[in-house]
Amino acid sequence: MTALYEITNLSKRFTVGSRFSRQGKRVVQAVDGVSLSIQPGETLGLVGESGCGKSTLGRCLSRLYEISDGKLVFDGTDISTLSTAQMRPLRRKMQMVFQDPYASLNPRRRVFDLIAEPLRIHLSLPDAEVKSRVAGLLEQVGLLPDHAQRYPHEFSGGQRQRIGIARAIALEPKLVILDEPVSALDVSVQAQIVNLLADLQERLKLTYVFVAHDLSVVRQVSTRIAVMYLGSIVEIGDADSIFDRPSHPYTQALISAVPKPVNSEGRKRIILTGDVPSPINPPSGCRFHPRCPVAQDKCRVDRPTLTVANGRTAACHFPII
Amino acid sequence: MILEVTNLRVSFRSERGLVRVLDGVSFTVDEGEVLGIVGESGSGKTMTVLAVMGLITDPNAVIEGSIKFRGRELVGMKPREMRQLRGKDIAMIFQDPMTALTPVYTIGWQIAEQILTHQKVSKAQAWQRAIDLLAEVGIPKPEEAVHRYPHQLSGGMRQRAVIAMALTCNPALLVADEPTTALDVTVQAQILDLLRKLQATHGSAIIFITHDLGVMAELADRIMVMYAGRVVERATRDALFADPKHPYTLALLNSIPPLEGERPHRLQTIAGAPPSLMNLPKGCAFGPRCSRKFAACEDRPTLTSPPHETACFLIGAK
Repeated sequence: MTALYEITNLSKRFTVGSRFSRQGKRVVQAVDGVSLSIQPGETLGLVGESGCGKSTLGRCLSRLYEISDGKLVFDGTDISTLSTAQMRPLRRKMQMVFQDPYASLNPRRRVFDLIAEPLRIHLSLPDAEVKSRVAGLLEQVGLLPDHAQRYPHEFSGGQRQRIGIARAIALEPKLVILDEPVSALDVSVQAQIVNLLADLQERLKLTYVFVAHDLSVVRQVSTRIAVMYLGSIVEIGDADSIFDRPSHPYTQALISAVPKPVNSEGRKRIILTGDVPSPINPPSGCRFHPRCPVAQDKCRVDRPTLTVANGRTAACHFPII
Repeated sequence: MILEVTNLRVSFRSERGLVRVLDGVSFTVDEGEVLGIVGESGSGKTMTVLAVMGLITDPNAVIEGSIKFRGRELVGMKPREMRQLRGKDIAMIFQDPMTALTPVYTIGWQIAEQILTHQKVSKAQAWQRAIDLLAEVGIPKPEEAVHRYPHQLSGGMRQRAVIAMALTCNPALLVADEPTTALDVTVQAQILDLLRKLQATHGSAIIFITHDLGVMAELADRIMVMYAGRVVERATRDALFADPKHPYTLALLNSIPPLEGERPHRLQTIAGAPPSLMNLPKGCAFGPRCSRKFAACEDRPTLTSPPHETACFLIGAK
């Protein structure tokens, strides 16, 4: 099967500070040499703590950010260096849903216009056709036709996220990048949106990149999961094996840290010490070694790369499996 | 019993009439107990503790009912008296440590200020106590950390500093409003671990608010579930998780994706969204979203008697 999206050695650097500040200009390596291949129809979950680069990676994939290094081949086209204008026709095939439904919808436009905009820009359809398409989209995401004439502030958080999703699927894209789509929602509403995304994926044969920090949600939606730490992928694999038998010590600690409502017997919690180090000045060797419970001398100097061993892909000198 | 809240009602006068955000909330907290309050946004969990803390300062707020702290009535207490109690006997940890700390003073200054307000000690002693407290909450190199400003600390460290500040006077009651929500899971695990240790050493009673039932299971002795400004269920932690009786509690537990075992094809959901407090349904507030609604739900259910209290007509109806 050919990959829908082939990402090779992607890096994204930001310059922070100015030459007038005390430390001068500094470089943050937000995404550091990520290679991925996204298969059509799958959901790739990207997880990690804040500052690990998962959102930046998502935005690089949709080319909302210029990439610093690497190669992006989407649906057979090399898009790494395309200009905004050259990207435009490709945006039809690649859409994004953002975390904050309050911030991503223009408060001064009606829902109809918000959803119709991509249709008008990309398809130049007659008005009647646009109207029926919008009504169809609203229905698909579980909203009512008369919602079209309302403004975003008249909706609850969950409904706003539905509007954002309707807009993203309007052009029948191949890939939808979801950046923390349910993090701002209450638990009861979160489940509705997770189910809606699963229904749409089945019906429209969508491919998802699902960025989230909530591990239970990621487990529920993902086919494969990539765990990120300080800009790099430390482990990638199918969702069940990542959760049931993690290979990287960081993955293991991350999963064990999630509090569970149901007391599970014999579960040992690994409490990591310290915080995520700054990507401005990352640690030597394996970037996880200062917090790693099983770090050895080699880890302090030698940076591990993603390798396949025992059917698992992890960047660790001493993987658990 | 350290805190006794009886029939607490909080309403706000608004252009569209009186909006009742808390409607007859009653609960007690025993010495050394951890009471958890869960609920979605707008359920009134934060408003409940703000009322306890005497922090509802909106002139349009109407507070009725009784809040007794060690027998003393807090509703209607003079701000001066309340100030003496707050920070000393009752302390609070907020969700966002960045807004709970002032950005223009060092961590040490802020902790020492609170000690000096409530205790007769010298400045040097207060400063030393600040260092000790930072050490106790696990901040590395506390003698250097006291000189740091909030923006120089990470989120987890800031929350530790806020906890240290809450502990200055060894409060009898600690109110924690979503103290780990803004943190990453690995840091959240550290903070929960810390709160558990501190609770064991200091013996403070804790009211712990969260929307995360997993966090609740880690810490709470008893759990109170709130919906639309009312208490819908209250029981010990084990009883609540083993045998949730209110359809809302049950649905809430079922809508969380599992971390182990088979992944369900689709998650169980609760239809609709929490009601607007401006326009509460008649009778049971959860009625319109409830899958087991029946005729009796047109009236408002009251809480059954302890130990496992539920506000639902299904109990006893069979």
